[in-house]
Amino acid sequence: MTAPSDPEAALRSAHREAGQGPIRRITRMTLDHPLLFTISVVSTLIAAGLQLTIPLLLGRAVDQTQGLLERPDETAQGALLLTALTLLVVSILRGVFTMAQNYTAENLGHRVGYALRLAVYDKTQRLSFSFHDKSHSGDLVTLGILDLEGVRMYFSTAFIRTILLTVLIGVGAAVMVSIDPVLALVALCFAPFVAWRSSATQLRMRATWLELQDRLAVLTRVMEENLGGIRVVRAFAGFRHEMFKFDRASARAMQLAFHRVALRVRNSSAMTLSFFAAMGLVLWVGGGKVIAGSLTVGELTTFLTFMTILQMPVRQLGLMVNAFARAGTCGRRVFDLLDREVEIEDAPDAKPLEIGAGTLRFEDVHFAYPDAPESPILNGVSFEATRGETVGIVGPPGSGKSTLSHLIPRFYDVTDGTISIDGQDIRNVRLDDLRRAAAVVQQDSFLFTTTLENNIAYADPWATDTRIAGAAGSAQLHDYIIGLPEQYGTVVGERGVSLSGGQRQRLSIARTVMQRPNVLVFDDSTAAIDAATEARIRAAMEEEADSRVTLIVAHRLASLMHADRILFLDKGRVVEEGTHDELLAKGGRYAALHALQTRPEDDVIAEMEDAR
Amino acid sequence: MSGAEMETATNDVRDDGRRPFRAVVGSHRVEEEMFGRVFDGKVVGRIWKFVEPYKSRVWLACAAVLTFTAMQLLIPLIIRYAIDSGLAGEDANPGALVWCALAFGAAVLVNFGASWVQEMSVGRVAENVLFDIRRAMFEHLQRISLKFMDKTEVGRLMSRLQGDVNSMQEFLETCVLSIGDIVLLFGIVAVMLWLDAPLALMVLGVIPTLFLVRIVWLPRARAAFTAAHEANSRVNGALAEAIHGVRAVQGMERERVNFDLYTTMAYDTLQAHLRASRYAQIMVPIVDTLTGIAMAVTVVVGGSMVLGQTLDVGVMVAFIFYIQRFFDPIRSLTMQYSVMQRAMASGQRLTEVLDVELDVTDKPDALELTHDMDGRVEFDHVTFGYDPDKPVLTDISFKVNPGETVALVGPTGSGKSSAMALIHRFYDVDEGAVRVGGQDVRDVTQESLGREIAMVLQEPFLFTGSVLENIRYRKTEASFEEVVAAATAVGAHDFIEALPQGYETQLGERGGNLSLGQRQLISFARALVADARILVLDEATANIDSYTEMQIQKALQTVLEGRTGLVIAHRLATIRGADRIAVLQEGRLVETGTHGELMEHGGLYSRLYNMNYASFDDVPQDAIQDDEGSFRS
Repeated sequence: MTAPSDPEAALRSAHREAGQGPIRRITRMTLDHPLLFTISVVSTLIAAGLQLTIPLLLGRAVDQTQGLLERPDETAQGALLLTALTLLVVSILRGVFTMAQNYTAENLGHRVGYALRLAVYDKTQRLSFSFHDKSHSGDLVTLGILDLEGVRMYFSTAFIRTILLTVLIGVGAAVMVSIDPVLALVALCFAPFVAWRSSATQLRMRATWLELQDRLAVLTRVMEENLGGIRVVRAFAGFRHEMFKFDRASARAMQLAFHRVALRVRNSSAMTLSFFAAMGLVLWVGGGKVIAGSLTVGELTTFLTFMTILQMPVRQLGLMVNAFARAGTCGRRVFDLLDREVEIEDAPDAKPLEIGAGTLRFEDVHFAYPDAPESPILNGVSFEATRGETVGIVGPPGSGKSTLSHLIPRFYDVTDGTISIDGQDIRNVRLDDLRRAAAVVQQDSFLFTTTLENNIAYADPWATDTRIAGAAGSAQLHDYIIGLPEQYGTVVGERGVSLSGGQRQRLSIARTVMQRPNVLVFDDSTAAIDAATEARIRAAMEEEADSRVTLIVAHRLASLMHADRILFLDKGRVVEEGTHDELLAKGGRYAALHALQTRPEDDVIAEMEDAR
Repeated sequence: MSGAEMETATNDVRDDGRRPFRAVVGSHRVEEEMFGRVFDGKVVGRIWKFVEPYKSRVWLACAAVLTFTAMQLLIPLIIRYAIDSGLAGEDANPGALVWCALAFGAAVLVNFGASWVQEMSVGRVAENVLFDIRRAMFEHLQRISLKFMDKTEVGRLMSRLQGDVNSMQEFLETCVLSIGDIVLLFGIVAVMLWLDAPLALMVLGVIPTLFLVRIVWLPRARAAFTAAHEANSRVNGALAEAIHGVRAVQGMERERVNFDLYTTMAYDTLQAHLRASRYAQIMVPIVDTLTGIAMAVTVVVGGSMVLGQTLDVGVMVAFIFYIQRFFDPIRSLTMQYSVMQRAMASGQRLTEVLDVELDVTDKPDALELTHDMDGRVEFDHVTFGYDPDKPVLTDISFKVNPGETVALVGPTGSGKSSAMALIHRFYDVDEGAVRVGGQDVRDVTQESLGREIAMVLQEPFLFTGSVLENIRYRKTEASFEEVVAAATAVGAHDFIEALPQGYETQLGERGGNLSLGQRQLISFARALVADARILVLDEATANIDSYTEMQIQKALQTVLEGRTGLVIAHRLATIRGADRIAVLQEGRLVETGTHGELMEHGGLYSRLYNMNYASFDDVPQDAIQDDEGSFRS
């Protein structure tokens, strides 16, 4: 078997025949496991063949028994014994080959699923921020779980089943026709009707299922919001309104669920009815033939058993059609994701980043988000900062200060101009080097569901305990952590201990420091930390600050007034630049903001009195 | 840890193949108990209450199942008679064949009717019960004390409302099917014994074997299925984490390590699935072998019996048909066994929620709090704790006069939020009383309390829906003009108008497409439209830029106008704007008065105030006990 654990091979398999239709691509992926593929197809053919011999053997046994009544000799008895033995052997072999068929088909499906799983994971991790900005994370997770499942099931529920059903129905029909064409026609008259019914119903069931999922999603949202916002609901006495919303969503879902029950029952009852009706006809017509002497009782038994055996595959035609439809839509979504171009990756000739003087330079940088190219966020920002320097960036909301910080590690690429580190355009160096050298303490500090220790060491999982404690110490988090019962082993995140906003930001700072970046950017990441703690963090990091460029983006002036230089950003342009004192003396925008934030309280109160 | 300070510059897998031991992806997922006891009387009794309204349809379904099963038993018998009296032997009687065909036709029609009635009524009842249980739980959750809600994750409740409720539906459908299966199994055995006891006994000898095999197989197979299921949810959890945290992953350059770890996880899942699949498939040849044995026995023994004139050929054919059927009920019964166990575990969890006692309920003779009450609020020797042994508020007494604004201040954990929650009667006091408009909150209806007290939370919570719907959440009948007037009053009108569809703009999950400040302003507008006599406000602490903050301060003044206000204040400006200040510390009221009075008094308030923090919540715990001097920077 092809080495399944080889992730490179798996990724290659998932990306084969890019741009082709989903069914073709999934089928192509199954061919990457030629041995499993062959075994499952061959087993399917053998199992189907064996299954079809059983009615013949049973028929023969009945005839032989009847023959025994007329000529009870040794040979006839031996023949009956032989038939019985053959029946046993055929049954056992059928079981074994069915097992082989099912197992290899599932095995192959799981291997395809494995390859796609890795490919989806890899892709989502490499796609840039602009992709994740506009895609809903819940949808991506659904794609990675449910759509993948739909594709995985393709081989066993669609591909192999097609072979099985074709052989069973085709060969079965041929055998019956060879025994008695008229009776065969009678016996098979139910098949087209049931096949059509079952396919049509399955497709409708699928359509209504998707609709039902949508309606249930609405219901889920109503419940989730209600429970999440239970205080608001209670505070506003929203009980009746909420029950009304719930009942409305619930009724819509239930109505469709009922509809689906009716659809299903109508279908299955009609199928059963037509099947048994055909069986009755076979009994009647066949019985007449037996009386007329043109058919033996054994042959009639063969016909009736054939019908019992063929009943299932004919009904399953619908499931097969459904499996193709599902694999098609799920596969399309999965492959669309896999085919998506990664906007930000290494240039073909990317070089390692070489750090010398450690100078960060913005040169006439322009930027607009890809989905809104007509409203630029940055309009020609230029500045330079060298090792040891701290630059503060401030500005009104929407001035582009946060966007600016996302350009340095190439979360987005500039639309015009260049950002360089020690003279190397960041688009020409290796991305992993760059991101190791330029780290952003992000506004939204995501916690991974694991221990505090692992969270802090996220960027450097080889780090020593001392370094982890050191980073936590600098971020003023160490004392809090050692106060916890399990200290650094405390699990945080979704199902762990929850941290306050300030603690999360401090954790975020600690883990960014672990990267030992050459450029460290605080993207408004101290807003939930009180001023005194912030001052202590600053003091703790003072020493290290000499070895790197520090950029502080904030709206609270206290966070950045000590910076070596402050840029005041407005509408994507640097409108003022200088030290805190210089800017205050200038009496411009910065000074106005400073006045707003530090105005004497009595003025504020007077203003409020006016408002009254 | 070796090579203490020998740090590598990269976080990749090392040359010797060792992985960073601290690196994990998507871990620590606690799975819930999947299987319970097969039968738990208490749980079944509780669930039966939900089935009871539909019991006539359930009985109908059971009757239909029995009829259906009887027809399944009858059909091979008709074939047998057709063969024996119509076709085979010397005394073949063509008339009997016609009768058989007619009987077959009748059986088919009855079969059709019965299966239709059964599937339809079971399907519908199961859906009904599913939606009813869900509604009952949801409604119960609306009334349960917040003490329960506080300590229960929303995600856990959602899995009750979805997964557990669904497995109840499955359970119900299974129950009816099981009845059919059991009857079918016993029916086949009985009919075979009746047709020919000696042959039947020999053929049926394989049934105990199958049962034995299933009994040995089931626990192992189930362990394998559970393992596959868990491996699957682990790997999906890791994927979800990777997607939600993708920005952090890319920012810290962990893609490669994570991919490597994920590969192992996905591979383990593959192996677990294959193992489960092996267990599932091993049953196929076993069942087929047993079927083969039964058929061979029928042919050999039956054949010689036919020869000895002790058996009719038709009986032999009927046996062959029964043998093809009798493994089905055994197979599905063992499947249903697992469904039952899963359902019991789910049912247990459902009853846990449904049985949470309602401790905060309206009194039978509860009064309506009317809009013309004066809006006064009074805490009268209130003691309260989430855990009665650890009070968070101790003997608190203060009054807020009609139209007055009182600021509640104090360090984090001093009990401010709890005090606020008591006004709404989110919890009941342990001692003393909270009075609104002169009435004890326990004597009035919770609904009227909600009508007369508006609340603005620190983290403004908006619902999915339009801006308009959110603003008139409390008062759905409010006119568009009223909404616009409220939005204008709090200064939200301009930015709402600037949204793509103005007031009709749909908000994302929790108002995700608005900034915190904007959400705050909308929640002010919501409170204004509610037009309550009393406003309770927990001021936002964090992350609002100075420009928006000014707007919020102005909006606050508008909203408080003509209302009694109780504000958990963080901003000095808000505190100074209040008529009176109540200072809490460790659950006790330490001082009250105006800003001037408190400054003069020189207590906790003046100490906190002099520390010059932007907000009292910022003050570190240790600083409160400390001397003021040491912390002035």
